[in-house]
Amino acid sequence: MAEPILKVEHLKVEFDTRRGILVAVDDVSFDILPGEVFGIVGESGAGKSLTGQSIIGLLEPPGRLGTGRILLKGQRIDNLPYEQMRRIRGKSIGMIFQDPLTSLNPLYTIGKQLVETIQTHSYMAAQKARQHAISLLDEVGIPAAEKRIDHYPHQFSGGMRQRVVIALALCANPSLIIADEPTTALDVSIQAQIIALLKRLCKEHDTAVILITHDMGVIAEISDRVAVMYAGRLVEVGDVRAVVKHAQHPYAKGLMGSIPSLHHKADQLTQIDGSMPRLTEIPQGCAFHPRCPHSMDRCRQERPDLMNTATTRVACWLFDT
Amino acid sequence: METKTKSSENINNIPLLRAIGLKRYFDVSKPLLNRLLEGKPRMILKAVSGVDFEITRGETYALVGESGCGKSTVANLVVGLHAPTQGNIEFDGIDMTAATNQAEIKRLRRRIAMIFQDPYASLNPRWRVEAIVSEPIRAFGLIKGSRAISERTGHLLTQVGLSAADGEKYPHEFSGGQRQRISIARALASEPDFIVCDEPTSALDVSVQAQILNLMKGLQNTLDLTYLFISHDLAVVRHMAHRIGVMYLGRLCETGPADAIFSNPVHPYTRLMLETIPDIEMAGKQRKPMAGEIPNPIDPPPGCAFHPRCPLAEDICRRDSPHLQAENENHWVACHVTGKK
Repeated sequence: MAEPILKVEHLKVEFDTRRGILVAVDDVSFDILPGEVFGIVGESGAGKSLTGQSIIGLLEPPGRLGTGRILLKGQRIDNLPYEQMRRIRGKSIGMIFQDPLTSLNPLYTIGKQLVETIQTHSYMAAQKARQHAISLLDEVGIPAAEKRIDHYPHQFSGGMRQRVVIALALCANPSLIIADEPTTALDVSIQAQIIALLKRLCKEHDTAVILITHDMGVIAEISDRVAVMYAGRLVEVGDVRAVVKHAQHPYAKGLMGSIPSLHHKADQLTQIDGSMPRLTEIPQGCAFHPRCPHSMDRCRQERPDLMNTATTRVACWLFDT
Repeated sequence: METKTKSSENINNIPLLRAIGLKRYFDVSKPLLNRLLEGKPRMILKAVSGVDFEITRGETYALVGESGCGKSTVANLVVGLHAPTQGNIEFDGIDMTAATNQAEIKRLRRRIAMIFQDPYASLNPRWRVEAIVSEPIRAFGLIKGSRAISERTGHLLTQVGLSAADGEKYPHEFSGGQRQRISIARALASEPDFIVCDEPTSALDVSVQAQILNLMKGLQNTLDLTYLFISHDLAVVRHMAHRIGVMYLGRLCETGPADAIFSNPVHPYTRLMLETIPDIEMAGKQRKPMAGEIPNPIDPPPGCAFHPRCPLAEDICRRDSPHLQAENENHWVACHVTGKK
């Protein structure tokens, strides 16, 4: 097996509040292999975006890293000083945000933004950087790239803007891209275009991607492996097919069942009653136990770690052998 | 009065709601002086340009389409938040756009309710839930006496899966899904038979969406409701709708029974949409996404609005706008190429 490009070990993200410390991401560990698309799904408030932000070092106060380590190609990056982290960000790890309009500066042409990013990470003459920018725009499927490079972000449509953002993320040819809800703000037909583009680019550049989304369809479409998060914890990690088709954890199972399908019609969708607990009220033991149909005494007292099952790794006492 | 007796006699034959040649244009031009000085022409945004559909009692009719296709404008036209530029809306055999009798209009309005997309913006944050839910009751004077009203509100809240005591609280004390339940309780307060649901679950997480969709289906069965369901999510529509209308740039391009549309889509746009949507069933499938983008409705392409993105476009598509033709009894398609000649 290849050496993982990114290792996240026992990551904890905490918020200091007047009422004590809130743990938003609680003991999350996973590895990313080179060229792999790793999906993180969960509902809002599950901590998936915070996980992404802490990897790239963009956690905003009052959020802070608690315990845990993040290793990029074997080197710790969670405790680097700001300037050093800044050099890694963009160069080794690219980022794609949800809203393409807010991640581009409206006052500069996209060419200027691309050239700036390219020159930040490599010594390249302005003219050469511009050529590189044009070829990147071409690669992400922007028609007439040579003309469009001098346009401002508002002159692009939502889908085109997201392509520009992807080009920006690819500027320094990073080995890992963190894509936080890259298709959520787009229409379905445009969404399909962007997914296909991401898929093709990762394959061509051998870039690993952490894809953070709430849309299981997108995950099923492009990921190799997927992690399901609930209340700041990983509840199930495994091969995408195994998780989507045969989820083991009661929450993951319920989540998959609650998604209406295009292909067959059910009278009723599976329903998980209740809602995800607030950070202030995360129950003891397994965070899902108050909503779980199979909860046992043990679930109320002890928190399960990820355990191996036949197909996936699941944090549930049902699978303790 | 005559129309009324007629409608109650053949309940199944007369559609509950019928939209005929519905059009709504918005004037988005600059002010007159700017136009004169800059020599700019008037700009008209054709949000809905000629839509016909019928909704039978007890069914769910869904309008699907991408942003800017005019589906929400249709919803607003149906509930009367916009007046149509042209065309008619008949409710239970009565033309609402032509009705002038205020009392009559009020009677019709009571029977139509709406659920909005954003459960955070559609509830007044300064009102208690009880006041929000009972507003239609008070507005239409359905029940007299505050005790009777609060009893009814409590009943409505339990009906949507909240508790009667929740009436004392304010909207901010509830989660998104619970707020949408409050919206539904408010919509049910005037005992409507027709509810327009404008993207009721698109602001919600999937597991909460499942709760709300199940609730809406249950209510439809127990209260015999008719829904006009607006959504961009084809999977949700498949789950909810009996019949579907697919909209593209202000027009219906295909309409028919949900099963027919999903098993045998005819219009190229519907086909491409169904083929390209990411879906959990089809992990790993290779597919070719639809090229191009949605055109600007201020300046739509001539002929069939879909032709610039359509792989099958022929000359006629660039010239003439296709009309809905019957593919078979209930299934209608507006396409020169794939539709019946």
